[in-house]
Amino acid sequence: MALLELKNVTRRFGSFTAVDNASLGIEAGEFFTLLGPSGCGKTTILRMIAGFDLPDAGQILLDGKDLADTPPEQRPVRTVFQSYALFPHMTVAQNISFPLTMARLPQNEICQRTQETLKHMRLADKADKYPRELSGGQQQRVALGRALVSRPRVLLLDEPLAALDAKLREEMQIELINLQREVGITFVFVTHAQDEALALSHHIAVMRDGRVEQVDEPSKLYGFPKSRFVADFIGHINMLDAQVLEAAHGHTRLAITGLGEITAPPVAGISAGAKGAFAIRPEQVRIGIHGEVAELKNHFPGEVRNLLYSGDVTVYKVQLAGGSMLEALLPNSAPGRAEFFEVGDAVRVGWRHDAGVFLHE
Amino acid sequence: MTVSGAGHRGLGLWAAALAAYAFLYLPLLIVIAYSFNDSRLNAEWVGFTWHWYDVLLHDADMLAAAGNSLLIATVSSLAATVLGTMAGIAMHRYKIKALTFMAMAPVAMPEILLGVSLLLFFIQILNLTLGMLSIVLAHITFSIGFVAIVVRTSLAGLDDSLFEEARDCGASPWKTFRHITFPLIMPGVVAGGLMAFTLSLDDFVITFFTAGVGVSTLPLHIYSMIKIAVTPEVNAVSTLLMLLTLTMIVLAARIAPNVLRWKT
Repeated sequence: MALLELKNVTRRFGSFTAVDNASLGIEAGEFFTLLGPSGCGKTTILRMIAGFDLPDAGQILLDGKDLADTPPEQRPVRTVFQSYALFPHMTVAQNISFPLTMARLPQNEICQRTQETLKHMRLADKADKYPRELSGGQQQRVALGRALVSRPRVLLLDEPLAALDAKLREEMQIELINLQREVGITFVFVTHAQDEALALSHHIAVMRDGRVEQVDEPSKLYGFPKSRFVADFIGHINMLDAQVLEAAHGHTRLAITGLGEITAPPVAGISAGAKGAFAIRPEQVRIGIHGEVAELKNHFPGEVRNLLYSGDVTVYKVQLAGGSMLEALLPNSAPGRAEFFEVGDAVRVGWRHDAGVFLHE
Repeated sequence: MTVSGAGHRGLGLWAAALAAYAFLYLPLLIVIAYSFNDSRLNAEWVGFTWHWYDVLLHDADMLAAAGNSLLIATVSSLAATVLGTMAGIAMHRYKIKALTFMAMAPVAMPEILLGVSLLLFFIQILNLTLGMLSIVLAHITFSIGFVAIVVRTSLAGLDDSLFEEARDCGASPWKTFRHITFPLIMPGVVAGGLMAFTLSLDDFVITFFTAGVGVSTLPLHIYSMIKIAVTPEVNAVSTLLMLLTLTMIVLAARIAPNVLRWKT
């Protein structure tokens, strides 16, 4: 049984449905991410888990027990707010010990656990500083320390990295991963940044308009998106209109509009005639002038229209014979692979028969 | 504020500031100066004397009025601070327009209107004998709005997630108020209370309508004195009033720093 379970949760604000019949299962000890564009309902779900908001319908269960009648201060759940919400009139040590004081722990235990947390969060020398005297990263560590000091079952994080600059964000990502592994507490992380979600999570729930679109491991989500929305939202992807010609056991044959036939991985539950899109990641598309591409199962002639060199990789935009554009991404590191094509070059693009995914409409 | 060496522009600003301050404070300085003038007339400087303060201290009516004023100001400002703080928090939390309007109306309403309506209310509805109680009630009524505005403003400057975070940390709504909300809005509460105190201390119109016959306050008494003649005794009592107000401000500034420290 999952530690935290959402069963058909719905939340409406007036005529707007923020969360629409969402169901999720979050396992103990995992790093779970709610990912989606702003307004998709991810923060509303977080607030309902914390108890700041209540579902209009459905249940939120912790260890199988409904949380509906438990006020926020009694839930074994802690939140790290986007703004960190550090108490400005308290020192770092006072901030961190606040949950322990509220829990009426004995004074010596409060002292001991506060000191431990300060040390753990590398804030021992900042104990008597006020929040405004700290840097963004230090403030975040205070917020995390204050949340973890009371040893919650679940830690909720509401876009805690959004306010940091790119470099610091990467450092904090690594800190978060390590922290989660050390403390073993279930993290529920909310973000709109797909790269952040992929880097941090064990499981990701992609949300759209209040609904859960797909829940999967990062690599599954990236490799096998189940809808156009998920495919498009996570990373870059080429999308070609397609129709199923043959749905066989080991493979699928597709007709790409204006291009021709290809062989694609099998898709469960579709039959010949189904319409949709064939989606393939730019790094799965090979590009070449000579024979090696022609050995692939799927390959088509095209012409390089644009190229974006960004150091580590180059993105080539190739116009195919049918008129559609295809992005191909080539790393510039591998010797022999770093062919530099020019705009206007006639090339061949191709991909393996097991690359890409058919998205049924 | 610091003044950068911006040359002429800096000088111009200084001159304008000086003129503005002179306009505000020169009349007050003159009142102070003439309270020490050894003459019955407020016309020319004759010499230094403590005489008018001596007169003041032996003026039983004046002392009684001052005592009334201080008592009324203290009681009404304390009550208005408690009620106004509650109103300010409610206005911030529930964002109901009617609530805001009802708390603010006495602030915007002409004093004469409030005075007359309170008079009618006390006499005809409550059947109250006018006196200290009616004055205190009237002062509470018009002070609540001022405290509420200041408290709401200081709440508006705070991150709302602070209060949710407190609940998250295990604090009940009451503990959240005691440990987080109240310390953070303390400067606003003190400022609001101070405002209520000074407003009560110098109120004339509303007090005039609600005082009845037996009780006088300092503004009422001063007014009755200058109906006959402006004696330097009025200057002396005004100077003392100023001193009191100034002391209150300094006091508040000494209480506030602990709370104000986090504010940049």
